[in-house]
Amino acid sequence: MSQAVAAAIPNLPAIVLDHVDKWFGAMHVLRDVSLTVAQKERVVVCGPSGSGKSTMIRCINRLETHQKGHITVDGTELTDDTRALDTIRREVGMVFQSFNLFPHLTILENCTLAPIWVRKMPKRDAEALAMEYLTRVRIPEQAKKYPGQLSGGQQQRVAIARALCMRPKIMLFDEPTSALDPEMIKEVLDTMIGLAESGMTMVCVTHEMGFARQVADRVVFMDRGEIVEQGPPSELFGSPKTERLKLFLSQILRRD
Amino acid sequence: MSGTTLRAAAEPVPALAGTVARPRAGGRLIRIRTTLFGGWLSTAITLVLAYLLFRIAWSTIEWGVVRAVWSVPYTATGAPDSTACKVLDHAGACWAVIADKYRLILFGVYPYEQQWRPLICVGLFVALYVVSAMRMFWRPRLAGIWAATLLAIGVLMWGGVLGLPFVPQDQWGGLPITLILFTFGIALAFPLAVFVALGRRAKSLPGVRVLCIVYVELIRGVPLISLLYMSNEMFPLFLPNGVNVDSLLRAQVAVILFAAAYLAEVVRGGLQALPRGQVEAADALGLSYWQRTAQIELPQALRLVIPPLVNTFIGFFKDTSLVVVIGLIDLLGAGRAAFADPVWSGFSPEVYIFIAAIFFAFCFAMSRYSRALERNLSANRNR
Repeated sequence: MSQAVAAAIPNLPAIVLDHVDKWFGAMHVLRDVSLTVAQKERVVVCGPSGSGKSTMIRCINRLETHQKGHITVDGTELTDDTRALDTIRREVGMVFQSFNLFPHLTILENCTLAPIWVRKMPKRDAEALAMEYLTRVRIPEQAKKYPGQLSGGQQQRVAIARALCMRPKIMLFDEPTSALDPEMIKEVLDTMIGLAESGMTMVCVTHEMGFARQVADRVVFMDRGEIVEQGPPSELFGSPKTERLKLFLSQILRRD
Repeated sequence: MSGTTLRAAAEPVPALAGTVARPRAGGRLIRIRTTLFGGWLSTAITLVLAYLLFRIAWSTIEWGVVRAVWSVPYTATGAPDSTACKVLDHAGACWAVIADKYRLILFGVYPYEQQWRPLICVGLFVALYVVSAMRMFWRPRLAGIWAATLLAIGVLMWGGVLGLPFVPQDQWGGLPITLILFTFGIALAFPLAVFVALGRRAKSLPGVRVLCIVYVELIRGVPLISLLYMSNEMFPLFLPNGVNVDSLLRAQVAVILFAAAYLAEVVRGGLQALPRGQVEAADALGLSYWQRTAQIELPQALRLVIPPLVNTFIGFFKDTSLVVVIGLIDLLGAGRAAFADPVWSGFSPEVYIFIAAIFFAFCFAMSRYSRALERNLSANRNR
């Protein structure tokens, strides 16, 4: 159904957040957030910690539930309906800050698990697909190892391959390089740049401003649960309009 | 490209278990000398303790081996003549009681000429444990092996088919009773425990959750003995007239319910210990609840709780001897019957040692196996 709609209207947005609010207890973590991501658009979300950027991205595949407003992914609205949720989770891949690979499975099994169980793909096909993506993230030789035997950067690249094995239309990245040692950040970012160049719709929470400048179509700056400013990276970083963004950028640059 | 990181690594990278260099043999000798003979006081304590240890060891060997009576003559009527043992007056062990009564201890009052049947059953149980312990058999067909073996054990014990004379359950006794209660207990309590543990965590099903909490807390709140009494006295009251459930089955039900409550808490502990990210990653990939539970959560959670799980199994193996209170003759009960014979009255220590050795063999095997399994499963999978 959603695929038919998407095919009929080529300009149907990939993700629509419409006046979304969320509370953790008494804490108002998302305040009237509205954001539309077009197909093949690459959006980088930045902001100080506690600004709600991770919560927002986690609402898109319902790892967190929003309390007000509407979220529509690929033409399907996120509700309590589990079938709609299953459809969306199949189409949306996610990469986490702490990798979250399954430690009791080999790298190959990590990648084939969802295609076999969710997509009902024959094991042989799933393995071929997994090897294809492991080659794309440049670690096919680690397929028989367990996650604990790999470096952080390698684990994160496996996590990207694992998500890609479901052939998602949209990829979400939740601070994918924040838990990595500095020397491993580049290998993960290079993988993400390659993915961006292939035309994947991406929403990426990150503090890697160089990455944002290089691949983002749009940068969204969040603070205290709301979207404060957004625009192309050159505009946003070159001439910030709000004091909050100016402050944030100056803090980042001081660290640089 | 240039990158700016606002936050440094937020998550600590889990360190591999540190390996401590083993002291060399020479180093160990020196260490022993300094710890045991470091000063006059520690030398004195070492010598006194060594003397006591030697005396205890020697008197044990003297009692158990040197002065022990291994067999006694039989009188013309076929009764054992325990005079040789009684003359010793416990200065040496009287192992003749075991030689004379081992079949009663092992198989109770099961018809004497049919005792090959419980013997085969014990063999089948042990074979079942060995097969289950081997990882090459960890496939779906293991469930079939269990079902077939337990069925064969039932046929052998009861008989009444295939030309085997029928033996009613009240004549069963000894080791088979212990193994039946333990094995059927684990086989049924463990799956039940997994479901109770999952139910107790099911936030979206408050009814199921409350039911599981009530079950666990009620069962854990009462001693096994009272559960056994209750199953024995009260269970028949709830059944329609004429329906009679034999006492072994009643005890078995009590034992299963008891074990499942404890095992459920152990399993739940393992589930709680899993990082939240594992569940989130499985959800994000689109796995369903049961796929996530079977593929991601349980394999990791059960691996984490192998030591407490085996601890519970071992405790539970020994707890089966409590069925004596409702008149079932397990290994311990059969042992007590052995020295109830006036010929052997007074030789209970020998019988108890024999029984303890059998219990120890099973429990120690479980303990060793769990340690090997833990090592085996954690190899290559450091996180």
